Parts: sequence; C-alpha cells; structure tokens
Amino acid sequence: MEAIRVNHITKTYNEGKVKAVDDVSFSVGKGELFGLIGPDGAGKTSIFRMLTTLLLPDKGTATVDGFDVVKDFRQIRNSVGYMPGKFSLYQDLTIEENLNFFATVFDTTVEQNYHLIKDIYVQIEPFKKRRAGKLSGGMKQKLALCCALIHKPTTLFLDEPTTGVDPVSRKEFWEMLRRLKEQGITIMVSTPYMDEASLCDRIALIQGGKILSVDTPDNIVNTYPDRLYAIKANEMYLLLKTLESYPDTSNSYAFGEYAHATFKNNDVSELDNYLSSKGLSGIEIKDIEATIEDSFIRLLH
Amino acid sequence: MKQFIAFVRKEFYHVLRDKRTLLILFGMPIAQILIFGFALSNEVKDSQILVVDYARDDASRHIIDRVEASRYFEVCKEAMSHKDILSTFQEGKIKAVLVFPADFNNDLLHNNKAKVQVITDATDINTANMITNYLTAIITDYQNDVNENLSIPYQIIPETRMLYNPQLKGAHGFVPGVMALVLMLVSVMMTAISIVKEKETGTMEILLVSPFKPILVIFAKAFPYLILSLINVSAILFLSVFALELPVKGSLVLLFAESTLFIITCLSLGIFISIKTNSQQIAMLISLMGMLLPTMMFSGFLFPIENMPYPLQVVSNIIPSKWFYIIVKSIMIKGLGIAALWKETVILIGMTMFLLIISLKSFKIRLE
Repeated sequence: MEAIRVNHITKTYNEGKVKAVDDVSFSVGKGELFGLIGPDGAGKTSIFRMLTTLLLPDKGTATVDGFDVVKDFRQIRNSVGYMPGKFSLYQDLTIEENLNFFATVFDTTVEQNYHLIKDIYVQIEPFKKRRAGKLSGGMKQKLALCCALIHKPTTLFLDEPTTGVDPVSRKEFWEMLRRLKEQGITIMVSTPYMDEASLCDRIALIQGGKILSVDTPDNIVNTYPDRLYAIKANEMYLLLKTLESYPDTSNSYAFGEYAHATFKNNDVSELDNYLSSKGLSGIEIKDIEATIEDSFIRLLH
Repeated sequence: MKQFIAFVRKEFYHVLRDKRTLLILFGMPIAQILIFGFALSNEVKDSQILVVDYARDDASRHIIDRVEASRYFEVCKEAMSHKDILSTFQEGKIKAVLVFPADFNNDLLHNNKAKVQVITDATDINTANMITNYLTAIITDYQNDVNENLSIPYQIIPETRMLYNPQLKGAHGFVPGVMALVLMLVSVMMTAISIVKEKETGTMEILLVSPFKPILVIFAKAFPYLILSLINVSAILFLSVFALELPVKGSLVLLFAESTLFIITCLSLGIFISIKTNSQQIAMLISLMGMLLPTMMFSGFLFPIENMPYPLQVVSNIIPSKWFYIIVKSIMIKGLGIAALWKETVILIGMTMFLLIISLKSFKIRLE
C-alpha cells in the first residue's frame, strides 16, 4: 500500500489570486524516502501543510496511510510526525523538557520509543539542561527531529529540515534519515538544495506550484536527453553572452566556475573557434554527466 | 488528563521563566494596591487640627472630644481668635481648623440649628476633601446621638470652605476597581498573548498535528491563568485587609466564587482575541485598548457612571468589569450576600457563556 497518495490537488490563497499548488499528483510508497525538490515559493510548504491536515485543498484529494486528509484528519494527526520549516519548539524550555512535553502530548513516554531517537539524542544529550533557544542551528534541528519522532510515527514530514544548517550537520542529518528509513518509517522531505536530492529514493521536482518530474534521482539524471558540456574561459560574463549568441546553442547557463550548455545536433566542433573569435582565451570544453540541477533547469525551459 | 497536566506544567514554565511576565503578573497588582492604598490612607491618619472654640459650652466640648478620640485627628492646639488661625496655618503644621461660634449650644437649644466652620488647607486637595468629609461625619454622628432623645431634631450645619467631592465618597472603592483592572489585564491580555505566541512561533502547527484535541489546547492555556489570577485576588485581598485595614465585610467564599466567574469571563475574552489575531503586538493592543480602557472608564471605578451622558451609560452595560466592580464593592464594603447580587451575577454568567460559545465556535482546527 502507498503511504501517501496525492490526486490533482490545488491550493490557492487570497481568494484564488495566488496559486500555490497547481494540480499536483504523486504517490509515495511505504518506507520510501521521498524528496520534494524546488526553490523557495515553489509550493512545497503548502503541500506539506495539506498532507498534515493543516490546510484544506481547494481541489483534489490526498491520503496519508490510507486516511483522507480532510475527512480523517484525526487519524492522520495521531500517526504522523511533522517538523515545520521554521524551528518550532519552545525556546524557553530545555531539551529534556521539550522532548518530555511532546512525548506526553502524543500519549507516550521518552523511554518507550527511545530506540528510535537514540542515535540522534545522544548527540544533544550532553546539553539536555540547556534551553532550546540557546542551541545552535544543527542541534535545534536534531531536537526538533527527536520531538517529531518520539511517538513512533508511520510517516514523517520534514519541511526544509536542513535550511540554515551548516554543511557538516546537513550531512549528519541525511545519514540520520537513512537510518530512520531502515526502521520502516516513510519519510517525505523537502529541500531547496539540489545536492540533497540524490540522497532520496525518489524525488519530485517542483516549480511554481507544478510538479515537473517524479522519478528516482538516477533516472532523472539518466534520462537527460542531450549531451551536456561544461565550458570555461577567462571571462565568465563574456563567455555567457557569447554562448547565448552562438547560433547552435539550445540552452546555456552559469554553473559554478563553468558554464553549462547543450547544443543543437550535439555538435561542438566549431565552438572553440567561435569563442576565440569573440576574444575569449583559456577555453576548455568538457563533455559531462548531467546533475539533478541540470535536469531541473532543463525542465524549467 | 496526563497530557493536560503536562501542558499546564509547560505553561507555568513559560510564565515563571519570563521575568517581565512575572513582574506584570505579580508586581503590578501589589504596586497598584500599595500606591492607591497609601496615597489615600496615610495622610489623613493623625492629622493635626486647630480648634477655635468661641462657645466653650457643653456641645462644643463634646464635639471636640469626639474629634480628638477619632484616629484621624489630633487636636494640637486650641486658639481663641481668628488671628491665630492664619499664623498657625502658615507654620504648616495643621491640616484643618474647626471653628465654633460663640453661641453654639444656645443656637442649638433655642433655634434647633447651629453652625460650625471647617477650614482646610486646600493646597492638597485630596487630603482637604477627606478631612472635611471625616469632620462632617463626626459632627453628624454627634448630632444623631443627641437627636435620639428629642422630638424636634437639632441640626448642626458644618460650613466648609471645600467643595464636596462625590468621588471620594467611598474612599476604599479603589480596591474593587484595582481588582477588576488587574484581572482584566492578567486574564485577557496574558491569555491572548500566550495563545497567539504559539501561533507566531509555529508551535501551534505542531500541536495541531498531534492527538491533543485543539479545544484542550485552549483550555490548557487558559487554566494556568485562572490559577495565577486567583493568586492575584488573594494577594490583593491580603494587602487590603492587612496593609490597608479594609476588611472584607461579606462572605469570602462568595467573593472568590464571583472572582472566579469574572476570571472565566476574561479568559473567554482573551481566547476570543487570540483566535482573531495572529501577532502578539496586535493581541496586546486589542487587549489594552479594547479591554483595559473601557474597564477604567466604564466600570465606575474612576468616573461615576451616573454622571455620564445617557448613551455612554448604555455602553457601560456591556462592559463585564462594571458588573464585577459592583459585585466586589457590595461584598467587600457593604457586606451584601448573593441575594442582593443575583442580577449582576446572572449578567456576568450570561456574558461568559456568550463569549465562551463564540470563542469555541470560531476556534480553528486548521491553519486558515
């Protein structure tokens, strides 16, 4: 059975003037680590809130663990774990008090499900008497995850859990998600970071409230239809301008210290000469593998 | 139930760990009571007065004795002429002068009417007012005692140099007033702010996505403030009895029961405000402007309602604190029981029910 099923849901704000989620459908299998990848304002949080029964969809239906998000909101609230994008625990309560409070609210105890949070909790346990407001970003996220996990949820909703967290803590966080997945918990996570996409089982690329593609990260990369080239030259700005004016270019954009580009007929034999003729030097052209971000950019065009 | 207790405990942590909240909660009522209390009571006690007795007869002697016996006055000096009055006033030691005309007793016996002059130092208007009131009361008291055995009543008319100030009639009316004010502030504002805070910080989002019933969230948030408000009521009563020597004449149980009722009215109001607003600032502004000001203006605590234009008198009826003020005043100062207060109590119960029902009806179990 699917853990999450979303059928053509639409969500608008301001009496229909702003379309946040536009006819979105996807499903997540039991025990899957599913990523919702997209920039800020793509509609990720709205989808999360509809699935956690906090918002009502304007159109369409959705189920979590087979329960309807509108009719059976009580059952869903009993069984899922939710970690909102903003750090949302009590800043003036200590780590220990926060955890105990949420355990009690969910009608359980910390001891009962300690095995679930043990790996994460041992990292913040030395600071358990410290108030949550005084913790670092990474520790806050770990505490929030503990609180969301303490009642052994069937499905875990994590809305941008790594935003504003340092790279090392981000890496640790994803390792934790991997381990939780092994315990059979379905995890739906959203992130604006493309590099985190490859850590998911499957991902949905979302932009402007619309899903562009749903697949495994490998498939998304492998189905990149064109040959992709990374190009470098002494002047980045001139290079981008020149690539745009090159008649065979189908798509080009900056990507770190390189420019990425695809070409009609996948032919780059004349490109080197063309760039030189425009006054660029130190030219380097490489045939490369597409990344998730390249796929995402292609889908946007 | 375990959940409820955990929630209430968490709420107490919030309050006890926030020094500013604590200060508002407990510092304010105590400060108010003490400021109001001592501004009113200290200066009148043992006020030095000068007596000019041209009569030197039985009646004037009796009145002077009574004045001296009261705890408010001390006759510091007796003078024989008007000249002494001015000079003694200028020394600044006395607060008032009591003048008996030469034929005081004679006038009383033959005309059934006599006059006494009360001159007060009006640089301090409040004290002057109060002294006038007390002296008048002592004289009236004497007059009543004398009249008990007479068919044609005597009349002693104190002529005062001060205007009678009706607001100071019930000198201790401020205790019920402060009580209404403090409860309004603590229950309405604190509750509204603490619920809106959960919305603002996003913790409400997590609480909603939990098995905890949303309605219970509201009750669990309101409950600690009921307790804190009752502690405040006790503190105010304790201070008024022991520091201000203003005893509770009526039933203490009834007073606490009525206070609990009024606190619940305020809590419902606070909950309603919190449902309709999304930021702590707005919740605070609405509580202050919408609740505190009407309480000050329309409860009858600072401004007598009878003196207001008719439309404002009508408006005052929808202010819960007006009814609570009447109830507390009646119990504390007049010593009345529930039989005399059932009307006000029913009105408060009605308001509470109405507010509770619309708050619970408009409470959202989702974010929008």
